[in-house]
Amino acid sequence: MSKISDAFIGKKAFIPFITGGDPDIPTTEKLIHTLAEAGADIIEIGIPFSDPVAEGPVIEAADERALKNGFSVDKLFTMIKRVRETVKLPLLFMTYYNPVFGYGAEKFCKNAFDAGINGLIVPDLPYEESGELRLIANENGLELISLIAPTSKKRIEKIAKNAEGFLYCVSSLGVTGIRSDFGNYVREMIETAKIYSDIPCAVGFGISNPEQAKSACEFADGVIIGSAIVKICAEYGTQCVPYVKDFAASIVKAIK
Amino acid sequence: MPLRFGIYGGQYIPETLMSAVIELDNAYELHKNDTEFKNELDFLLKNYAGRPSILYYAKKMSQDLGGAKIYLKREDLNHTGSHKINNVLGQALLAKKMGKTRIIAETGAGQHGVASATAAALLGLECEIFMGREDTERQALNVYRMELLGAKVNTVVSGTATLKDAVNAALREWASRMDDTHYLIGSVMGPHPFPTVVRDFQAVIGREIKEQLIKAEGKLPDAVIACVGGGSNAIGSFYEFIEDTTVKLIGCEAAGKGVNTPENAATVTNGRTGVFHGMKSLFCQDEYGQIAPVYSISAGLDYPGIGPEHAHLHEINRAEYVPVTDDEAVDAFEYLSRTEGIIPAIESAHAVAYAMKYAKTLSNDKIVVITLSGRGDKDVAAIARYRGLKLYE
Repeated sequence: MSKISDAFIGKKAFIPFITGGDPDIPTTEKLIHTLAEAGADIIEIGIPFSDPVAEGPVIEAADERALKNGFSVDKLFTMIKRVRETVKLPLLFMTYYNPVFGYGAEKFCKNAFDAGINGLIVPDLPYEESGELRLIANENGLELISLIAPTSKKRIEKIAKNAEGFLYCVSSLGVTGIRSDFGNYVREMIETAKIYSDIPCAVGFGISNPEQAKSACEFADGVIIGSAIVKICAEYGTQCVPYVKDFAASIVKAIK
Repeated sequence: MPLRFGIYGGQYIPETLMSAVIELDNAYELHKNDTEFKNELDFLLKNYAGRPSILYYAKKMSQDLGGAKIYLKREDLNHTGSHKINNVLGQALLAKKMGKTRIIAETGAGQHGVASATAAALLGLECEIFMGREDTERQALNVYRMELLGAKVNTVVSGTATLKDAVNAALREWASRMDDTHYLIGSVMGPHPFPTVVRDFQAVIGREIKEQLIKAEGKLPDAVIACVGGGSNAIGSFYEFIEDTTVKLIGCEAAGKGVNTPENAATVTNGRTGVFHGMKSLFCQDEYGQIAPVYSISAGLDYPGIGPEHAHLHEINRAEYVPVTDDEAVDAFEYLSRTEGIIPAIESAHAVAYAMKYAKTLSNDKIVVITLSGRGDKDVAAIARYRGLKLYE
């Protein structure tokens, strides 16, 4: 077991996502502390990218805000290092391959590990292309989280067998965002994955309220919630922390 | 089919889209050598698009410049006014074979959007085009043209609101609806198999150049010159000559206001290896791997990347890529109009501009072929404004 998969032992995991540097690095730092206190089990921190093709408009706008406010991954590394003095739960970076590749994958993974990051989620690296980064990430003490989608079908077997940390189960077609209703395939996807691996399965894309989180946790090991939180950050800016705290508490209450 | 060209290419896309590109790859393998498919495509290229396009000896221009003999490959004379129709007919037919009823496409200058809308009208497919707001403003007539052809045009306002953002929007749309929808990519870019599929459909340009020139001159050209955004007319012109190592292959990329200014789209000159839009290739980007906002007077070349096969041809020194500024392209636009009575697309004018410099350095027994990828009607008003006239469409 790894530190990431340990977060699922004996409970349903709540995995909030926030965009690093939205609206600024100090707010992100406060949010990490707040989410940890509110009962998050793993925190996913997005590294903004100029062209986030897997994101819907909410997270894309957050990336734009962060980049406009002078975000750099070096500043994020420094902040994470500071957060790590008190926050013990697993921390993940979610970003696209080019910010990793362009920075230098080796240097990126080393700096991320040194800062206290446990794993990476890179949505534009499907199974077939994930080998080169997985090797570098693993050598540097990071796990590379794999994703399955409603279209994965026969691909689920090889992806699940090689997954580490947890399996990120994309609930619906399309991009990240708030949906009133997420696909029914997701239960089936998880059942298929469980045939091939005992890896924890967390559902993401489209989950935005306690009711949805609760119903997803009937068959999933955890839920990833991004756009609903980032939307609060967009609305309240640097004042978002107490609002995010209330939202996180409502999710924790629903699934624990 | 190989996934890569050297280290470039690949399939760097979200898992959701993997099944769609695998489906396309399988369908293309199944149909590309199928006689019925080839006959249908050949029929359309000949009877609908107007192929073969003319290889025209630009005598006045050659004499005026006083160097190599210059031939123009007249893709501007194709139906819809550019080389884009070659690829669009191929992919739209393939989409039908795959049982798709709807195509989506990105467009920069509007040439690919117009070609896609045209093929969709002809073949009875539903069509939606994604176009950056900057470009819908620069190319307002083409927006109306696409609508006239029955397509829905979606204006993309995110990011820099240009071609790359139109590609982002089309990829997102495809990820949400692929059962009935084919993403008809307009250039030799994106995840495998697109760079290969688009190249194969555009390779007719080079095959015709070779055949026509051998007939006219009894020999191969000394150089083939084409403009490069994603690079589809260039790879289409080059591909037939890759093994003919005496033929110099020159791609002209958009240097905008100059390669040393922040406003350019010269990917080979200023970019470095990265991963974006499904492919490993060369991209204009900052030290942190953020894709750079690029600029060119030409909406069709205003793209921060280049097709992976071009990156490979550059790396193995088989093709050369040179920057051409807005000023040089506009001069060439005007020069070709006056000298030969041919108004080229501002994209193609980049190739004309470099050829004007290059042909002069060669003796008059040498032959240079310039691919005129499109016609310039769409650019007339913008060029007038560039020259200070207040002319609006």
